[in-house]
Formats: sequence, C-alpha cells, structure tokens
Amino acid sequence: MREPEVERERYELVESPRYLFEADRRDFLRSFGTGLVVLLVAPKIDGQQESGRGAFGDRMPPQVSAWLRIDEAGAVTVFTGKTEIGQNIRTSLTQAVAEELRATVPSITLVMADTAKTPFDMGTFGSRTTPTMNVQLRKVAAAARQVLLDRAAKRWSVPVDAVTAGDGHVHGPSAQSIAFGELMKGEPFVTTITEATVTEAPKDWTVAGTPVAKINGRDFVTGRHRYTSDTRLDGMLHAKVVRPPAFGSTLVRVDTTAASAMPGVVAVHDGNFVGVTAPTPAQAAAAAAAVEAEWTDGPGASARTLFADLKEKTEGNGGAPFTTGSVDEALLKGAVRVDADYTVAYIAHSPLEPRAALADWKDRQLTVWTGSQRPFGVQQELMDAFHLPAERVRVIVPDTGSAYGGKHTGDAAIEAARLSRASGKPVKLTWTREEEFAWAYFRPAGVITIRAAADKAGTLTAWEYHNFNSGPAAIRTPYEVANQRIAFHPSRSPLRQGSYRGLAATANHFARESHMDDLAHALHQDRVEFRLRNIKDDRLAAVLNAAAHRIAWNGRTTVESSLSRRGMGIACGIEKGGYTATAVELDVDRAGAVALRKVVVAFECGAIVNPNGLHNQVEGSVVQGLGGALFEAIDFEAGKLTNGRFSQYRLPRFSDVPAIDVVLLDRRDIPSAGAGETPIVGIAPAIGNAIFAATGVRLRSMPLVPTGMPAATHQ
Amino acid sequence: MPLVTLRVNGVEHRLDVAPLQPLLYVLRDDLDLTGTKYGCGEGQCGACTLLVDGRPVKSCQTRASLLQGRSITTIEALATATALHPVQEAFLRNEAMQCGYCTPGMIMAAVGLLSATPHPSDTEIVKAMDKNVCRCGTYPRILTAIREASHARA
Repeated sequence: MREPEVERERYELVESPRYLFEADRRDFLRSFGTGLVVLLVAPKIDGQQESGRGAFGDRMPPQVSAWLRIDEAGAVTVFTGKTEIGQNIRTSLTQAVAEELRATVPSITLVMADTAKTPFDMGTFGSRTTPTMNVQLRKVAAAARQVLLDRAAKRWSVPVDAVTAGDGHVHGPSAQSIAFGELMKGEPFVTTITEATVTEAPKDWTVAGTPVAKINGRDFVTGRHRYTSDTRLDGMLHAKVVRPPAFGSTLVRVDTTAASAMPGVVAVHDGNFVGVTAPTPAQAAAAAAAVEAEWTDGPGASARTLFADLKEKTEGNGGAPFTTGSVDEALLKGAVRVDADYTVAYIAHSPLEPRAALADWKDRQLTVWTGSQRPFGVQQELMDAFHLPAERVRVIVPDTGSAYGGKHTGDAAIEAARLSRASGKPVKLTWTREEEFAWAYFRPAGVITIRAAADKAGTLTAWEYHNFNSGPAAIRTPYEVANQRIAFHPSRSPLRQGSYRGLAATANHFARESHMDDLAHALHQDRVEFRLRNIKDDRLAAVLNAAAHRIAWNGRTTVESSLSRRGMGIACGIEKGGYTATAVELDVDRAGAVALRKVVVAFECGAIVNPNGLHNQVEGSVVQGLGGALFEAIDFEAGKLTNGRFSQYRLPRFSDVPAIDVVLLDRRDIPSAGAGETPIVGIAPAIGNAIFAATGVRLRSMPLVPTGMPAATHQ
Repeated sequence: MPLVTLRVNGVEHRLDVAPLQPLLYVLRDDLDLTGTKYGCGEGQCGACTLLVDGRPVKSCQTRASLLQGRSITTIEALATATALHPVQEAFLRNEAMQCGYCTPGMIMAAVGLLSATPHPSDTEIVKAMDKNVCRCGTYPRILTAIREASHARA
C-alpha cells in the first residue's frame, strides 16, 4: 500500500535520541563479530515470530497466521503492531475482525505493539490505522473465515457455498453447527490474503458503523489498567537521570563518588549520559542530586529571536515548490491583493502520562515496556544504542496515557535500559512533568508568508505561499487557483521538534484560512460564499455548508453590547483524506477577554467505523486545538524553558470549553480515512476569524490571545 | 524513617514514611495501588485525586505522615465486588475518556463533589473540576457523566 508523503515528513521532523553508548565488550563482539551471520539467518516464518523487518521489509505479511489465531475454546487473538493511545483503535480494529470473521466482539482479544509477537509496524501516526490496518485485518479475518467455511464443508461433505458463519460458529444446511475453536483445534491458519480477498462493503457493515463500547473500558474507570508507569517487576530498581541545565549543554566533568557511596545506589556515566538507580524513587532522586556534574552552557536559544531565526536560518531540502501558471504576473494584475505573515509558536504535547519505561536485561535479552507510538522504532533505537540484533530486543507498549504525536522516540526506554544493564536488575524510569516538557520534543514553530490576489468577482487568481519550518502537511490549497507557488523551507530549529497531532496542517490551515477571510473582507463578500466560489470539491463544500447551517451562519458581527462584541468565524480544509469545517461563535469583552460560546465541527472521513469513537475524537480535537489556538506557547530564554510545568503552561480546562456541536457526515460509499488528527486544524482559524468579525482586529500569531486581546486593539 | 499507620481502603498499613513524602508515592510505590496517577507533582492536573475522609484531595500535595487516623479511599475501592459506583457507571456509559489516564482522578474528584453537593449546577461542576486536566479533551462527556450520576442520586 502506498504511504502518502505525510509519513516522510514525520520522519524528517523527528529527532532521535542522541545517546552514543560505549558497547559492552561482550555485546560488541557478539553483534559485530557475528554480524554477517546475523544478516544471513533466515527469519522464522512460523506465525510465531514474524516481527523482524527482515522477514517482509516494511510490508505487512500476507500470512493469516501472523495476524490471527483461534484457540480450541474459540478465543480469537489478533496481532497488530499498532498502539492504543486513547484513539480507541483497540475497539475499532476489533469491530473490523468481528465483522469479517463473524465472531462476537467479546471473543476477540487484540495483542498490540509487542515486537516479539506482532508483525512489524512503522508506527501509529498519520491517521493511518483506519485506512491501512483496519483494511488489512478485515482481509485477514475474511481469509480466516474462508478456511473455517472450507473445513466445515469438508467435515459435513457439503458444498462450501451451503455453509455460513455467524457468532463464532459455522452453520450447515441441515442445521449443523460447529464452533470455530472446534474446527481449528488450535492449529494455525495456513492461508494468505491476496489482492482478491473480498471484504464487506461499508454499506453492508453491521458491526462496524455502530457505536461499540470501548474495549476494556471497565479497567480504566476502576484504575485497574496498568500503564507503563504502573508496571513493576520483582527486584525492580528506580532510576533518575541527571539532566543538563540547558538545551545543547554537554558534560564537562562529572563526579559520582558521593552518589555511588549511598546504599543500594548504582551510578552510570556514559558519554553525555549520567543516571542512577536505587531501591526507591526517593533514594534515586537523592542520589541524582548528589552527583556533581559540570556542563557547558549550550548555544542559548531564545524565543525572542525565534521567528526571525526560522526565516533566515533555512537549511535542508523542503522539496520542489509546487507551481502552476504565472504567480508573479497574476499578483500584479489582481483586483484585490492581500499580503501577510503568520507565526506559530512551539507547543508541548503534554500527554498526561509522561514518558516512562521499565527495562529488564536478563540472559542477554533486553525487554522494555514503554509508552511509545513506534514500538519497532524504539526497538531499532535500542538496537542502535546497545549494538544488539533485533532478536535480543523486545519492546512492549501497554495501552498508553496518550501521545498526540509526542511519543515517537524511545528516550526513556534507552535510559532505563542503560541503567538496567549497569545494575543487573529491572529498572523503571518515569519522567517528571518538568522532564517531559524539557527533554521530549515540541510541535515545530513556524513562519508562513502569503501573497494572494483575486479578481473583482471574487475568484482567486494568485496564491504564493511559503512555510518556514512548521512543515508541509496540508500546505497545498484546496481552493482553485490558476497561478500558484507553494514552498516549504525547513529551518534550523533551536529546540528539538517532532510530530504532533495534525502537525503542520494546523499552521497551514491557520494561515490559509485567516488569509481567505481577509480576502473576503477586502472583496466585501460573505466569507462562506467566497470560499464556496473557489471550491470545486463537493466533499469540502458539503462540510462547509453543514457547519454554516448548524451554527446559523449570518455573516458578520451579530450582537454588540456595552460589555462585549460577538462574532462568528468559519474555516475549512482537507487533510489525510478527511474533510473538516469548523464554525465558532465568541464574545470579546471590553477588557479584551475572549470567551467561546459555541463551536461546530462538520467532519467527513468516508464510511464511519465507530460513530461514538469518532465523535469523541472530533470533540477532543477541538478541545486540544483550542489550547494551541488561544494560549499555549513554549517560552524559552538562554537555552532553558521558562514555562515548562503545568503551573506555568496553560492547558485547556473545563472552564475553557464551550458547547461543542459535532456534525458527522457518513459516506458509506467512500473508504474510511483516519480521523484522529484532521478535526484539529480548523479551530484556530475559525476563532481568529470570529475575533476579526467581532472586533475588526486580525490576529496572525498562534496562540492568538495568550493574555487576552493585544492592549491597543480592544477599546 | 518514622512509622506511620495509614488506613487505605479500609485496611491499616504500618509503613516507614519520610516526613515530607507525598501520599501519592506511598500508595503507588509501597502499596502498589497504581490507580492513582502522577501527572505533574504540583497539584495542577488532578490525576492524583483521591478521597480523605470523603473529600477530594490532591495526593501529590498531601504528606502521608499527616494522615494518621484519617480514612483514605482510592479508585481501587470505589466499586463493590458486584457493582461499579454510579459515577464509574456514568463515565463508562458516556465513554467519558480516551486514553483513560486522567479518569481515576476525574472520578474521585466527581465522587467528592457529589457527596458534598449532590445536585450541582453546571457552573458548580466546572468550578469543582477545573483543577483536573483531560488532555484528550473529553470534558463535555465528563460533564455529562457527572450530571447523569447526580440525577441518579435523586
């Protein structure tokens, strides 16, 4: 299956951990001394161990046995390298298998994200689970069902088209019935999926398309589910890493004598890494505090010069610009012309479960439990850091306390593994919130410049667009414009940056949809009509109309009182196969405070797999998105964060959340796209556009109002 | 370290506890009661919320050594052997969670609210819950769940 360009972007924008460890001498001899042998060993293809990339490259193995088994009691076990991070795919993938296999939802268990058990998977990002893994597991289950039907038909000596499957049984023409478990007797499925494997059309879905309740939901409301940070092993030690004082600091000198002298403490210094283990977390913290370390100051990055730096210090290849027509000429000739710059701050993912890992180095085999979106990526990082072959590294990802694109790297896993190797015991490391802020990575900051023109009737004629550093996702305009030049310019980012829910699609929609609003204003046209005039894509028009209809769109400023001004804003776009439109109604009071009254999101992502889960994702996207839209921003000075904790970094809370109205358009005639990210992109421009409608002030920086409206603008 | 007797979920535990040690880590590390979560360590996110004598408390900001003779209830003891607590039921029914990491703290905060104010207004719910963060953004569903649990008590 072809992966879209967004995947490439995510790899470019993620920085891997920077530890370079000295190889353990025995490890070194083993991995390099036998390197050729390791490469030549044939991968096992018995359905037990198809984890290695060596077996199938990055392709998904076609053998049904790699993905699905049925035991003698009829319990169905499904294996997938995807991770459950709150997006509810444990449920949606189970629905897919239940549907095709004709088994009940409770009879199915998903084993997820275990490199020793599940087929290789590139990672859980880019909203790819529904369009790829869901389709794959459907085919697997359909092929398995065919084996079950064949076996039953043979057993009863009837033609295969005389038997049917349902509720975990095969039924015959003379009221025979046999359970799946009895048919398979625990044997592996010896069959493969092919291009010809047929699955149910969405219009015929009976399990998918329904609001099946979250699998294991009970474990979450009872506190029984164990996240990585809740796991423990016998004899486990607790770890603490000694952190540099600033970004880019390197170790000059370290003395671990005092720490090592503390009872039960093991201190490790390896390259730029310094860490300790101790029997309790408190002892580990005390030992880390007793380490005397001297660091360089680092380059001293500052937020004050951020946007100028990003625009000037471009580096790397952003790919060829997209060009069509003659944009320079069209810009000169346009009846209406709008030029503007937009900026977007770094923001933090702030998953409520910080990075954590439990590492166990036993019998030369490394096992690590960690919350990550890329179990096989983390396995590779561990292989690289410790010079180990894949066979000796196992990564297991328990259902994780969210990620939002923020847990692609294996930093905590590598740190815990290094300390486990030194202490000879299982080691657990849970990052503090402050560590999560400072030593994870951020959504890229960026600068976007746009020059655009339209004719008198309101048809766009020129569109020149440059994105510095925030990324190319959704950089192309969904509007029809004859003359375009669109380019992405990567920059030298002063802070470590990486993926984020929606990633650059948020910045690009913010800039584009704000700019579209300005053009409509300059043309004296209704903002919805102006957009529709320049849209040819019916699906985009459909969500835009749906959002406008639901919020009772009525053009410009609606109510002005002595206390506040009210405005409506709207924005729309296409990303990762999903179509979204967001409409906002808000008040700006005379003191410059912005209060959201209502948010409407109309969203269409093809055939809906789980309407309740989708609704939850759309609502969650709005809430998370309004943080970055209104007030979230990472601040830093002299290479240090100045707001890297929850008491300083404002997150959306109950009191920030307005009424959210979600309109889902179900298109059973269109294959399902992923939906965890795209609904986030419209909230910032819709809010900015509503503020403009209310006040006439155009805000061009995200966050829009970190401390209310700019002082000079709200009287 | 001084010995402290803590009554947790109806069971007394005699524990060595450093004077400043927050309750959160005693529960998680010494008693393996991991339903109570660490989120920020400064009382800002509410993931560590539990009940002390029936009132919601941020356990990362509460010294264990000061809780002798008090009754501590964690998420693990909220359901009976046969039934979930009405607030747990309401969260499950409304699927008022995504990753679920904030859920125990949210539920304990809501239970505390409803025991003090059985029928809170929306404004009262928002005010009481505003120190609990759900980064997945399920606030509207949590609000609905608390409303439903409140009505169930009528």
